[in-house]
Amino acid sequence: MKFYLRRIAFYIITVWAAVSLNFVLPRMMPGDPAAIMIGKLRRASGGRQLSEEVIRSIYALLGADKNMSLWDQYLAYWGRLLQGDLGLSSTRYPYPVVELIANALPWTLFMVGTATVISFVLGIVGGAWVGWKRGTWLDQLVPATSLLQSIPYFWLALVLVAVFAVQLGWLPIVGAYDPFDFPSGPEWSWEFVASALQHAFLPALTIVISSVGGWLLGMRNMMVSTMSEDYVLTAEAKGLKPSRIRDRYAARNASIPSLAGFSIALAFVVAGSIVTEQVFSYPGIGKLMIQSVQGLDYTLMQGVFLVITLTVLAANFLMDLLYGLIDPRVRNDL
Amino acid sequence: MTSDHSPGAKADRFAGVRYLMPTWSAKLGVGLVLVVLIVAFGLVGPVFAVDPRDSSYKGLQPPSSEHLLGTTKLGYDVFAQLATGTRESLYVGLVGGLVAMFLAIVFGIIAGYFGGWLDDILMLATNIMLVIPGLPLVMVIAAYVQNTEGLGDFARSATLVAMILGVTGWAGSAVVLRAQARSLRTREYVYASRVAGEKGLRIIFVEILPNLVPLIAAQLIFGVMAAVLGEAGLSYLGLGPTNSITLGTMLNDAQTGQAVGSHAWWWFVPPGVMIALLGTGLALVNFAIDEIVNPKLRLAPKAARQQRKAMKAGKGVAGGGAYA
Repeated sequence: MKFYLRRIAFYIITVWAAVSLNFVLPRMMPGDPAAIMIGKLRRASGGRQLSEEVIRSIYALLGADKNMSLWDQYLAYWGRLLQGDLGLSSTRYPYPVVELIANALPWTLFMVGTATVISFVLGIVGGAWVGWKRGTWLDQLVPATSLLQSIPYFWLALVLVAVFAVQLGWLPIVGAYDPFDFPSGPEWSWEFVASALQHAFLPALTIVISSVGGWLLGMRNMMVSTMSEDYVLTAEAKGLKPSRIRDRYAARNASIPSLAGFSIALAFVVAGSIVTEQVFSYPGIGKLMIQSVQGLDYTLMQGVFLVITLTVLAANFLMDLLYGLIDPRVRNDL
Repeated sequence: MTSDHSPGAKADRFAGVRYLMPTWSAKLGVGLVLVVLIVAFGLVGPVFAVDPRDSSYKGLQPPSSEHLLGTTKLGYDVFAQLATGTRESLYVGLVGGLVAMFLAIVFGIIAGYFGGWLDDILMLATNIMLVIPGLPLVMVIAAYVQNTEGLGDFARSATLVAMILGVTGWAGSAVVLRAQARSLRTREYVYASRVAGEKGLRIIFVEILPNLVPLIAAQLIFGVMAAVLGEAGLSYLGLGPTNSITLGTMLNDAQTGQAVGSHAWWWFVPPGVMIALLGTGLALVNFAIDEIVNPKLRLAPKAARQQRKAMKAGKGVAGGGAYA
């Protein structure tokens, strides 16, 4: 129980730190992001006067209200967040940031989530197998995975687009579905799902190819280390079937650090998927982030950053709970 | 592996040093050759190439004897840009890697050695940095910093980009260094120097750091790779240094210039290949270092290979087991 309490406490502190970082960053800057933002919003609305409520929300989110102490600003900021108010976007005026994120998040979760799971499973199963066959020609393949890892995601995406979409014309280049077949937006039909899958294929393939090497290598190295443990030798001496030794004795224990290292790997996947979405103009959260940064849309930028961070934290939290379930030692040791 | 320690031989003065050096292998050889060639290309290439900022050539020319790698849409020589871009990317990688390594040493080794509440606080900070996704954070910081007035040219320089990447990318290395420092802390020779009255910082620098050299080197290489890749990503998104040419800004130009749509492979393929080769070279060197830090990685495959050979030669080893 203590393990879970400690983990929950850690994630509460981390969420607090991430939100506070979001609060501090715009206020640390010498300029006045809130004033810049209000100017941008006014231009986006065609010079009309902004409502009092909008201006107050922008000041609460981005700061520099001279009449308030920093502490009051901090409380007002939390108040806005807890009401689900992340301000208005200037690049996509007059949409509220929350609505833009709510429209983009499912696409990213669908595409990046599926790709991450596929890559993780492939890496663990493949790594276990390559580690099992250590000392054979398969060892020569291991350095090749480092080549895969060193390829920048977005460059691999460019090459895949050049080959499969431009040269061969097999797959679509941009978007998440065909806007000509479905002019009224997403709908629940087989045709739409087929179109969405077709559009998600290349971006997902990019993420799988670039991230599978890391899982594979980590798992292989752990497998090699585990195979020289005494309990594996004991199992061997007992005359157990090799497949049982491989699956129940070695692979199961070797996969534990991969689960523990999930958070580090997930950060790479998130980074990679942001640039990948840019290449494919995939309407996900990464595309939104890039759009906001390029248009200096501070409210959208802060909002997307917060949502990305919280999503990653949630994924890590789930992984931690799973880790505690699989490995009883971490529950008892801590 | 030719290590003949004949009992009568005099104690080898360099045995300790040699233990810390990687054993020679094909992986290490290929890795070093790649890294050395790319570094040499970055250092020497720009001297021989034409001016990378000269746009007087005809646009979108495929490779020819005049332009080894063709020209871009705006008429820049791709080969010249590649040479300068390699140099600048290596610079960003080195500065970012060093900053990250320094912070990892401060956070990891101090936390690991001193333990207690200092460890708790430093590790909490490290773990928070670890789970906050890096690239979005870098993007937000870069967006603010680069639009800060009063920084002038520095606001969008390669040095600043490298520093942002370093400051956000040290947490993984700190965790690795802390684990090792914690285990070294309980060794007899560290106790001995503590009993002898040495101060904490002196023990760290004299007793602990030297034993962490292979690990720190691996983390530095990892940091350099991460910074090169991070810079490429940032530049591709238009947040890179504006007044210098890097491999990332080349790719950004290629993207905005529709290089893929106009089949100009000579424009967008070389910078990516260069990044991939550099990363591969550094990773291969890291493998060799990994095998020093974790000897099982080196010895276990060798043992398995020997056993299989013996089995083939019919020396009476049971076949079909876990070790075959």
